[in-house]
Amino acid sequence: MELYRLSISEAKELLDKRKITAKELLNSIYQRIESVDSKVKAFVTLSKEKAYEMADASQKQIDEGRSLPLHGIPVAIKDNMCTKGIRTTCSSKILADFIPPYESAVTSRLNENGYVLIGKTNLDEFAMGSSTENSGFFTTRNPWDIERIPGGSSGGSAAAVAADECIAALGSDTGGSIRQPAALCGVVGLKPTYGRVSRYGLVAFASSLDQIGPITKNVKDSAILLNIISGKDPFDSTSAPVAVPDFTKVLGNEIEGLKIGIPKEYFIKGMDREIEESVKTAIKKLESLGAIPVEISLPHTEYAVATYYVLATSEASSNLARYDGVKYGFRAAGKDLMEMYMNTRAQGFGAEVKRRIILGTYALSSGYYDAYYKKAQQARTLIKTDFEKAFNSVDMIVTPTSPTAAFKSGEKTEDPLQMYLSDIFTISINLAGIPAISLPCGFTSNNLPIGLQIIGKHFDEESILKAAYAYEQSTDWHKRKPNL
Amino acid sequence: MKYEAVIGLEVHAQMLTDSKIFCGCSTKFGSEPNTQTCPVCIGMPGALPVLNKRALEFAIRTGLATNCKISNYSRFARKNYFYPDLPKGYQISQYELPICEHGYIEIVVDSEIKKIGITRIHMEEDAGKNIHEGAGNYSFVDLNRAGVPLMEIVSEPDIRTPKEAAEYMKKLRAILRCLGVCDGNMEQGSLRCDANVSIRPVGQKEYSIRAEVKNINSFKFVEKALEYEIKRQIKVVEEGRKVIQETRLWDSDKGVTESMRSKEEAHDYRYFPEPDLVPITVEQEWIDEINASLPELPDAKSKRFVSEYGLPEYDADLLTSEKTLAEWFEAAVEAGGQPKAVANWIMGELTKLLNEENKSIEECQLKPKQLAEMLKLMDKGTISGKIAKAVFEEMYRTGKDAETIVKEKGLVQISDELAIEKAIDEVISKNPKEVERFKAGDEKLLGFFVGQIMKLTKGKANPQIVNEMLRKKLL
Ligand SMILES: [Zn+2]
Repeated sequence: MELYRLSISEAKELLDKRKITAKELLNSIYQRIESVDSKVKAFVTLSKEKAYEMADASQKQIDEGRSLPLHGIPVAIKDNMCTKGIRTTCSSKILADFIPPYESAVTSRLNENGYVLIGKTNLDEFAMGSSTENSGFFTTRNPWDIERIPGGSSGGSAAAVAADECIAALGSDTGGSIRQPAALCGVVGLKPTYGRVSRYGLVAFASSLDQIGPITKNVKDSAILLNIISGKDPFDSTSAPVAVPDFTKVLGNEIEGLKIGIPKEYFIKGMDREIEESVKTAIKKLESLGAIPVEISLPHTEYAVATYYVLATSEASSNLARYDGVKYGFRAAGKDLMEMYMNTRAQGFGAEVKRRIILGTYALSSGYYDAYYKKAQQARTLIKTDFEKAFNSVDMIVTPTSPTAAFKSGEKTEDPLQMYLSDIFTISINLAGIPAISLPCGFTSNNLPIGLQIIGKHFDEESILKAAYAYEQSTDWHKRKPNL
Repeated sequence: MKYEAVIGLEVHAQMLTDSKIFCGCSTKFGSEPNTQTCPVCIGMPGALPVLNKRALEFAIRTGLATNCKISNYSRFARKNYFYPDLPKGYQISQYELPICEHGYIEIVVDSEIKKIGITRIHMEEDAGKNIHEGAGNYSFVDLNRAGVPLMEIVSEPDIRTPKEAAEYMKKLRAILRCLGVCDGNMEQGSLRCDANVSIRPVGQKEYSIRAEVKNINSFKFVEKALEYEIKRQIKVVEEGRKVIQETRLWDSDKGVTESMRSKEEAHDYRYFPEPDLVPITVEQEWIDEINASLPELPDAKSKRFVSEYGLPEYDADLLTSEKTLAEWFEAAVEAGGQPKAVANWIMGELTKLLNEENKSIEECQLKPKQLAEMLKLMDKGTISGKIAKAVFEEMYRTGKDAETIVKEKGLVQISDELAIEKAIDEVISKNPKEVERFKAGDEKLLGFFVGQIMKLTKGKANPQIVNEMLRKKLL
């Protein structure tokens, strides 16, 4: 049996029935990594030694009948979440040797539930990008076509899940960084409501937009991981004191009568024909399951990308100030303090990160603040209001996740603006702080996955999981595997 | 031309909370470098701040005690700049919506009450400390202080003289100490004062270009630094030059202010709302609760000391400038001490002795009740004022009661006329020349005779009786 192919729930059943051991499962995963990761290049760091310790500890608990939801489950973590004692790089040279002395809130929760950390996955440096081409180390490849990018910034996590190099993974999503790579790699990616999951220990890119979420082989696994990582954390003031339901409970419920909004601004002239067709077919499928499509308008959609790039870069310019060579991480030599600062940051950060720091610094500068940052905050409020109004008449909103399928490495690296448009359908959701899930809804003629995005109301992950599950169960897209 | 100064003070007060403003680390002073730190206060990647509610309460207390309006909705902002002692590359402070605004405190200058406006009070985190000694070409950074809660208390430009500035600082310090929110120690840096200073011809309404004077690190320098800066600016203007907007550092060794950086080099701090902290909403109920729990403030206490104990205003102000001093006074009066006498002993001998040892009244082993009892011995005539001074000092040093000391040292006053007469006779017979001169009209010699008698009786003779008997004998 190819154990590495298993989902969380499948693996869990075999582990609990003692048909397999945690070690066997872990062996299988590492063998898989060995055989395919030279092509996919999903991982920055493998934590083998630690993983086997965790698997042993898990097995003990299982043997003693104290099995918790993740005991023995090999999980990959995007390399921007701090793992105590294990290198956390953000795929940046400036943190290339950074070993956190503390554990992030999400990995603590996974720990408490018995997970096995197999390694840290590649990303665009500091999560800034849509292809992993901005990684300070190397580009991850799309398992469906290794000439192509996996999407980003959580490209390593999405590729690892798609290539069966882990059972599940965590990513982070600031403007689409979970959903877009999930779509491009043919897996399920969920961005929870802002405040649903603690950001403590997530290396910040844009604090008011960042949110951690699961990247999984199916919708059920997404619900299982969300159950574990959700909830108020006293160490993150922006995490919300909202009750956490059992998200797996709603899976399998009928979607009869659910109103699904189809925003006209997301189906525009000139969009990729294959994507449009797949998404429209998916909407038909949902309709056949009892959902009622309703055309809606989100009138301020066109301002989303500009708004996002002002706010996200502003926050980033400040969040990344701490990488100054003084306390930890990379330090370049210099004849005095100022030169040390400048050399450290010039050599430690990659081009895209520097571009965004400069953009954000500019937007916050006195004399420009009102025209950029403040204006963008106002636009953000309008975008939020668009969604609030829409949700008065619909239960959820359905759109494509990405305007294109996976593109070729190098295709967009020369044109940052073109690259920024990769997130055109996902960015508004972060600005509004609402949850959205991406799941496979078809393939292009080149056999590249296409993603369907389902957007929900604040703290209503249940509804989008329910709809996603109903759709998934009536299709076979999630069962397809790349040839590696 | 006559000039007047326009002064506004920005005071940073370190709050006396047990833990830092955004993490659980201790705020204790003087520990080994970097031992009171955690991922949050050293700016580790991914660490997040959580507001210490106690710091918020302290800021509200201070706002209420200085007649401020407390904002029901306020928020933190980031102040961005690079410096090694600032681990995140930004300081979490407040900018657009501070916790307290529009207050005032009253000061007394030349017996006139003057209101000094408080523009705002906001909360922020302290930075760490760079240490240059013993590091060769490098500097060390100690982050124990990084994240210690501060209040910045900004006054209106209502202050006109260095004296007013000093009075404002004294009053503010008294209030902070009375509230228990800051220990007010300028030398240790828990209270810091920056001054915005400009001058203008008397009668001119508009403000002139101002300079900011930093590093006024002691109470005694508040007046000195401002006096210097005002004179400097007047000189600049009278020489036909212009005062420029700049930051100047007070150098207490040289007694001058020196230019640090001009406006052109000034930082652009790129303030923006802190996205890692939710806006602060304060319930009116909580504000009311804090208000009800405020202690009696120095001004109110001073007024009460005048009306209740009949003290002069000067005494009342002085005694109420320190909460502990006022408590000591009231305890001594409570124990039966006559208020004015108690006040005199506190302001005189006790303050002198404490200052000699650089001690505060809390560290004093002499208890208020003991002073009250010594005063009773004086009233009864058991000891004279002169002996009392010696007894007091002995009480202060040993903590023993006055009565014990008097007994042990045999200091009981001699009021026995026979004994005194014997001493007078002895002195007269030993000093015939002086007696002649006195009789011839040299009245000043009376003091000489008294002194000799006191010497003979080891200071125990009742001076009143000595005086009376001596006059009778000599005349
Ligand atoms: Zn700390």
